[in-house]
Amino acid sequence: MKQKMAQQIRPSKPGSKKPRIDWSRREEADNFAQTVKLYRQGKIDHDNFRRFRLQHGAYGTRMTDDYAMVRIKIPAGQIYPNQLEKIAQLSEMYSIGSAHVSTRENIQLHWVVLEDVSEIMHGLADVGLTSREACGNTVRNVMCSPLSGVCHDEEFDATPYAIATAKFLLRNPLNQALPRKFKFNFSCCEKHGMTRITDVGLIPEIREVNGKEQHGFKIFLGGGLGNKSFVGHQLEDFTPEEDLLYTSIAVLQIFDRMGNRKNMARNRMRYLVDEMGWNKFQNLVLKQRAIVRATQSVIVRLNINQKLNEIQRPISVSSENSSIPDGYARWLKSTTYKQKQEGYSSVFVTLESGDITANQLRAVAQITKDLSAEGFARNGFSQDIVLRYVHESDLPKLYSRLLASGLANSGSLTMASPVGCSGTSSCNLALTNSHRLAKEIQRKFLELKLDEDDDLRDSTIKISGCPNSCGQHEIATIGFFGGGARVGKDMYPNYSMSLGGRFDDKSMLGVTCMRVPVKRTIPVILKIIELFKKNKQPDDTLSRWIDRIVHGNESSEIKSIHNMKKILSPLVIPPSKDDDPDFYNDYGTDTSYHTITGKGECAA
Amino acid sequence: MCSLSNEISPPTVDVDIVRSKINNDSVRLIDVRREEDYNQGHIPNAVNLPLASLLSDDSPESVVKLTEDMGIADDTSVIVYDDTFGALASRVAWTLQYIGHSDVALLEVTYSQWKELGFPTSTEKPNIKPAKHSVKLKPEIMATAEYLEKAKDKDNVVLIDNRERLNFLEQHIPGAINIPYRTLATDGKILRTKESMRNFLKNRGISEDAEIITYCGSVGTLSGLAYFALKSIGIPNVKLYVHSFKEWKSLEKQIDKQENAAFWDLSAE
Repeated sequence: MKQKMAQQIRPSKPGSKKPRIDWSRREEADNFAQTVKLYRQGKIDHDNFRRFRLQHGAYGTRMTDDYAMVRIKIPAGQIYPNQLEKIAQLSEMYSIGSAHVSTRENIQLHWVVLEDVSEIMHGLADVGLTSREACGNTVRNVMCSPLSGVCHDEEFDATPYAIATAKFLLRNPLNQALPRKFKFNFSCCEKHGMTRITDVGLIPEIREVNGKEQHGFKIFLGGGLGNKSFVGHQLEDFTPEEDLLYTSIAVLQIFDRMGNRKNMARNRMRYLVDEMGWNKFQNLVLKQRAIVRATQSVIVRLNINQKLNEIQRPISVSSENSSIPDGYARWLKSTTYKQKQEGYSSVFVTLESGDITANQLRAVAQITKDLSAEGFARNGFSQDIVLRYVHESDLPKLYSRLLASGLANSGSLTMASPVGCSGTSSCNLALTNSHRLAKEIQRKFLELKLDEDDDLRDSTIKISGCPNSCGQHEIATIGFFGGGARVGKDMYPNYSMSLGGRFDDKSMLGVTCMRVPVKRTIPVILKIIELFKKNKQPDDTLSRWIDRIVHGNESSEIKSIHNMKKILSPLVIPPSKDDDPDFYNDYGTDTSYHTITGKGECAA
Repeated sequence: MCSLSNEISPPTVDVDIVRSKINNDSVRLIDVRREEDYNQGHIPNAVNLPLASLLSDDSPESVVKLTEDMGIADDTSVIVYDDTFGALASRVAWTLQYIGHSDVALLEVTYSQWKELGFPTSTEKPNIKPAKHSVKLKPEIMATAEYLEKAKDKDNVVLIDNRERLNFLEQHIPGAINIPYRTLATDGKILRTKESMRNFLKNRGISEDAEIITYCGSVGTLSGLAYFALKSIGIPNVKLYVHSFKEWKSLEKQIDKQENAAFWDLSAE
C-alpha cells in the first residue's frame, strides 16, 4: 500500500522544507567527546562531569554510569522532516531503535553509550538541532502550544515569540548556572498550553491601547509540578510584547540571585515564590523589570521573525476508487482538530507513552512532506506529534498512511491516551514502571472503545513512576504516582491516586484519593467510569462530575473523595502471594517487585 | 605484530570499479540473496550463492567446492553483495577469506542502492566454467567458544557484540561492549568512512592494536560486517566468533545482563 500511495502524491515542489534556525554548535560535540575521555581517565571528578553532561543534554540512566539519555530540544515543538529522519537514523545507530517524545516537546534517545553521545551531537548538528541546556540548571526547551497559529480561541500566534525567547536564552550566560531548572510555556489559549504549572507561562492577548491594537501576554509565574506542586500567579493584567524580554530577564535574575541553592528539594522558583509570598515576589519582579529596562547598555530586543510560514498544499492526484479504510471515522473523531483555517485540520498522531520506532519516524517525515501544507510537524504536550495544515480531503489518505506504519491508533485527544513518564524503563528515581502502565491502560481503553465515549473525552490519565511529577499526574483527572507497599515480607508496586486535577483557566492539583496496587489500577479506573455513568447528570462529563466531587458539590451517592474511596476500597485489598503471585509483580517483569533507586540528577 | 601482508584487497569496492569490471572474467561477483530474488534481477554476470546454501554446510571442503563451482580460482577477484546492509555478504566474504581466498571484497552499496543509483541489472544467469581452488585455512581470523572464553579477559582483547542495543542489554557475553551493526554504516554505504570509523573507535577507547573479536546473534552476519568495518581501517588482528551468542548460550556459558531496568518497555511497536 505504501508504494501505491507514494505514486499518487506528487509534491508541489522538489525537496522538503528545511529548518529556518540552526540551534547547533558542532564544536560542542568534539568538546563533549574530549570531556568524556578526561572523565574516564579520572581527570574530571564525577560531580563536575555530571554538571557538564547535563548542560549538554545527556541525562543519567537507571543503575549505570555507562549509558545516558540524550534529550534533543525541539524549540516550540517545530520539527522538520529531515530532522525526524536524522533522529530515526541516530536511534538505530546509537540507541534502542525507538525514540521517545516527551511531555515538553523534546525527543529523547535512551540507553546511549556515554562515549557515543558526541556522535549523536554531530548527527544533530547535521540538521541544526541541539541537546544543549536540555537538562541541568538551565532554561529548558521553550514550549509552545502545538495549536498556536491554528487554534480557534487564540488572539495571535505566539510561536515566533517562543522561538525568539529560545534563541535569546540558548547558551546565554544569564542561565548557565541557575539554582535549578527553569521552564517557559507559551500557549495559544487557556486550554491548550499548561501555562499555570510552569515557571513562566504565557498566553497571547491583544488589547486596544489608545485606539491601537497592542500585542502582549498574560504571564503566569511560579507554577510547577514536582514533589510539591503549585499553580502559577498572574503577574499583571497585561504585559505588552515589548516587556516580554525584560520580564523574562528580570524573573531569571531574581531566581538566580534568590533561589534556594542549598536545599535540593526546594530549589525551583515556585518554592521561592511560596516562601516569599506572591505579593512580595510580584513587586520584586516589577521593580527588577524597571531596572532591566533602564539599564540595558544596548537595546536588547527579541528577534521576532514574523515572516509567515508558507502554506502550500502539496498537489496530490487522488485515485478514483480509493476506499476509506475501516476505523477511519473513529480515528477522525478522536485524533483531529479542525483548524481556524477553513478546510484544514491538525492531526494528533497517537503514540504509546510517546514511543515511536525509527521506521515510524521516517513515515511521519514522509507524510509531513506529502500531506502537511505547512511542511513541518509539531510536538505536543502529551507525548504526541501533531501534523497540521492537513487538507480535509487528504485526511482519509493520511489515515491510510498512518495505518501502513502502525500509527493509526485512535484516541490521542481523549482519555484513552495516558501520559506515562519513563519510570523503571530508564529513570534512576523510578519506583514503578509507569511507562508500561500507561501503555496497558491505553490498550484496555482502545479495546473497550472508550476513546469513542464523548463523556470521557475531556478527561485525562497521567502517571509518574515516583512522587516527582514528570508524568504530570497532579493535573490529571485521574493521576497516579508510583511507590511500593508490602504484605508481610512481600512487596508490590502501589500507586497513589489523585482525582480532579486540571490545567486550564481553573487549574488545580488533583486531590489525593487512595492507594491502588498496580494490577488494580485498570479495574479501579473502570469502576470510577461505571460509577460516573450511574450517577451522571444529562450532558455531564467525567471530568465535571469528578470536579464536583472534589469540591463537595455533588449530590448523588458519591458526594466526596471519602465516599469514592469507600466504594473503591474492596478493589485494592491485596490477595496473598500464593493466591495471586502476579499481583506482586510490576508490569514488564516476571520477577518479584522490590524498590531500587539510584541518585537523581537534581543536585547537579 | 602478525604478518598479514597478503591481505591486500580493501574491504569494499566502489560502484564505479564494479561497473567497469562487470564483464571482466578475472572478477567474480557473488549475489548472496535468496534464489527467487536473484532470479528477478541481479548485477550483470553475478552468480547466486544464497547465504543459506553456504551455511547448510560451511566446512572448508564444502566451501571450496562451492567456490570452484562459481568459477573462482586462487587468483580470481571476488566481490560480494546482498540487500541486507552488507551483513550476509560479509559472512560469505569472511568464509572465503577463511579458506584462504584473500582477494575478496564487499560491494560498497546494497543491491537496492545499486538499483537506486540507476546502474544496470540483468535476469540472465552467467555461464560459469568451474575452476580449481586450493585450501589454505586462516584460523587467525576465527574465534571458537573455547578460544573466546580464554581470550576475553586478557587486557589486549576487545570483545564486540554487534546486536541491537536492547538485545545486548537483555543478555551478552561478559565483558563485551556493544556496537550495534547500524552504527557501522553511513548514508548510502554499507560502511562508514575510514575517518569516521577511526574516530568512533577512538571515542570508545578501542585501541587499533588490540585483538578484536566480534560476535552477534547466531551465524556471524552482523559481526561479519563488523569484521570488515574493522578491517577497513587496517586493524591487523580481528577475529569472528562465527557461531556467536546462540552457541555461547547453548554451551551454557556465563551470561551478563543489565539488571533492574525495564528497558524493553521503551520500545515502540
